[in-house]
Amino acid sequence: MPPSSSPRTLFDKVWDAHMVIPETADAPGVLYVDLHLVHEVTSPQAFADIDARGLKVRRPDRTFGTLDHSTPTNLERSYVTPEAEAQVSTLERNCAKHGVTLAGWDSGDRGVVHVMAPELGLTQPGTVVVCGDSHTATHGAFGALAFGIGTSEVGHVLATQCLLQRKPKRMRFTVDGQLQPGVSAKDLTLAVIAAIGFGGGSGYVIEYAGDAIRALDMEGRMTLCNMSIEAGARAGMVAPDEKTVAYLRGRRHVPQDEAFERAAEHWLSFVTDSDASFDKELLLDGTFITPMATFGTTPDAAIPIGAAAPTPRSDSERKALAYMRFTANEPTTREPVHVVFVGSCTNGRLSDLRAAADVLRGRKVASGVRMLVVPGSEAVKRDAEAEGLDRVFEAAGAEWRQPGCSMCIAMNGDVVPPGKLAVSTSNRNFEGRQGKGARTILASPATAAASAIAGVLTDPRVFTRELEDA
Amino acid sequence: MPEQFTQLTSRTFVLPQESIDTDQIIPARFLTTTTRTGLGAKAFYDWRYDASGAPIANQPLNTLDTLDTSETRILVAGDNFACGSSREHAPWALFDYGFRAVISTSIADIFSSNALKNGLLPIVVDAETHARLLADPGGRVGIDLERQELTIGNAPPIKFAVEPFARRCLIEGVDPLGWLTDHLPQIEEFERGHAR
Repeated sequence: MPPSSSPRTLFDKVWDAHMVIPETADAPGVLYVDLHLVHEVTSPQAFADIDARGLKVRRPDRTFGTLDHSTPTNLERSYVTPEAEAQVSTLERNCAKHGVTLAGWDSGDRGVVHVMAPELGLTQPGTVVVCGDSHTATHGAFGALAFGIGTSEVGHVLATQCLLQRKPKRMRFTVDGQLQPGVSAKDLTLAVIAAIGFGGGSGYVIEYAGDAIRALDMEGRMTLCNMSIEAGARAGMVAPDEKTVAYLRGRRHVPQDEAFERAAEHWLSFVTDSDASFDKELLLDGTFITPMATFGTTPDAAIPIGAAAPTPRSDSERKALAYMRFTANEPTTREPVHVVFVGSCTNGRLSDLRAAADVLRGRKVASGVRMLVVPGSEAVKRDAEAEGLDRVFEAAGAEWRQPGCSMCIAMNGDVVPPGKLAVSTSNRNFEGRQGKGARTILASPATAAASAIAGVLTDPRVFTRELEDA
Repeated sequence: MPEQFTQLTSRTFVLPQESIDTDQIIPARFLTTTTRTGLGAKAFYDWRYDASGAPIANQPLNTLDTLDTSETRILVAGDNFACGSSREHAPWALFDYGFRAVISTSIADIFSSNALKNGLLPIVVDAETHARLLADPGGRVGIDLERQELTIGNAPPIKFAVEPFARRCLIEGVDPLGWLTDHLPQIEEFERGHAR
């Protein structure tokens, strides 16, 4: 560990505090993991690995499971295939065998892994959080170092609570200025990914800083950090502040009373020193961001809604535009939208559902559009129903579903049909991501709702005051 | 125990498209498996088969399907290969399909880490080398992991980088989990001083 006098970044501080054995030229460092989240898709082979070696889950108290990816979102709980059901029962069996807490079907805690853990207060500043899921960076919103790992590494963490890691490089992405009314965290996120480029974050941990980031609430910060992997980055982080502390206060797995105040003081020490340096610095003025949507088949291919799709610069970009059936130099707001999805670990939280409901209230989903609203967790579902959001969605003609990953990864049977155009609040617009042949536009919850009403990709400010004022 | 890798001489198979993501390599609906095996049949599935499951004519992998994969074990792909998800099913599928190495100008971090644990060697080359490989599908390439050298045809060898520990694991069959469990005393010592 460097002397305390040498300036360090937030990431350096978390990294240093978890180095069991520092890396050398010959071997990666041994990094300690505070929280290991497991779900049904990327864990069965890992449990099988440790079972085959006669190893146990070393720290079941630092391991939490949930069911989210393969799970049906209909009330009947009808699985898409027997394999999907078998995968869920495999995790149920593995958790029972190893004494791991599972937010299973009968639990009011169950949710999409990156929605559930923060709600329960499992995600805490200055900790290392891993999961066999690339969107684990979500937890970086709390100033945790959080990243996705492969199944072999899931086995490593189950058996040793540690990972072999070389230290990534440091990037700071500063967003100054203030977001305009009607511009959301998702719009900011898509602008940030577009600025970095799809592979531009490769090898880096990104710290998001600046006035526009500080102004985001915790759910907005989670949306931003969630998509760090879409720029290729290992992780994204936001330094903890009073908003972080206020969010965590009273949650089940954080210390309570006086112990909480002590913990909060410790958490707030995880900030970048004023003279610390980064390997790369990027800057964006948040004042000029408008509602964004993707036009291609990579998440960085995002433009302001209403702008013309740019001229392709390569065969791959030409192929992407052809797949999406958009025309270069023409706006993407004329193609009929068939499916609208509000949900996922990116935008399945209460504030997301409120944003969609605010646009939909008193309006109808256009005929020919199927709209699914999938709460990110049982807790989000309860809270949303308590304030009547479910009734807003159903009155508008949208489907109100059970919590899960649903149409974001489309492995549970919730799919966009071949050739159909979806406006989705999720994180990936890859070819076929939401179903074979599905064409995906990534956008914010408000944009998704506005597009459901209009039947074409639509700037949500059309339905709210902001555009009239502008 | 991890698959070992020392040397390989093989023909290349070229997929020039940029940003071939993990959903192309192995579509999500095939992730419901609870084993590591048999995913080769599902590799690039949506490029190879239409919605009814019938083979698609004139797609890039047609030629590979008819090739002897014992002769063609090196995939050369466009920039930003295997971006996207952390699914280890992606390298499992490529390995099961017959590939033992992937070459591109950039390869996603998580995929590389996963591939190295499964006997699939990710190699990042410069744009010039990449252009030579893209221009010669089916060309003969030699890979020597010990020397960290790539040989294209009869040209002089080119050095490539590989993380030293992963290299040792592949060459000597060192098992990373075994290596970690050997360090459990240090991990326990660390834990005693590490508050949540």
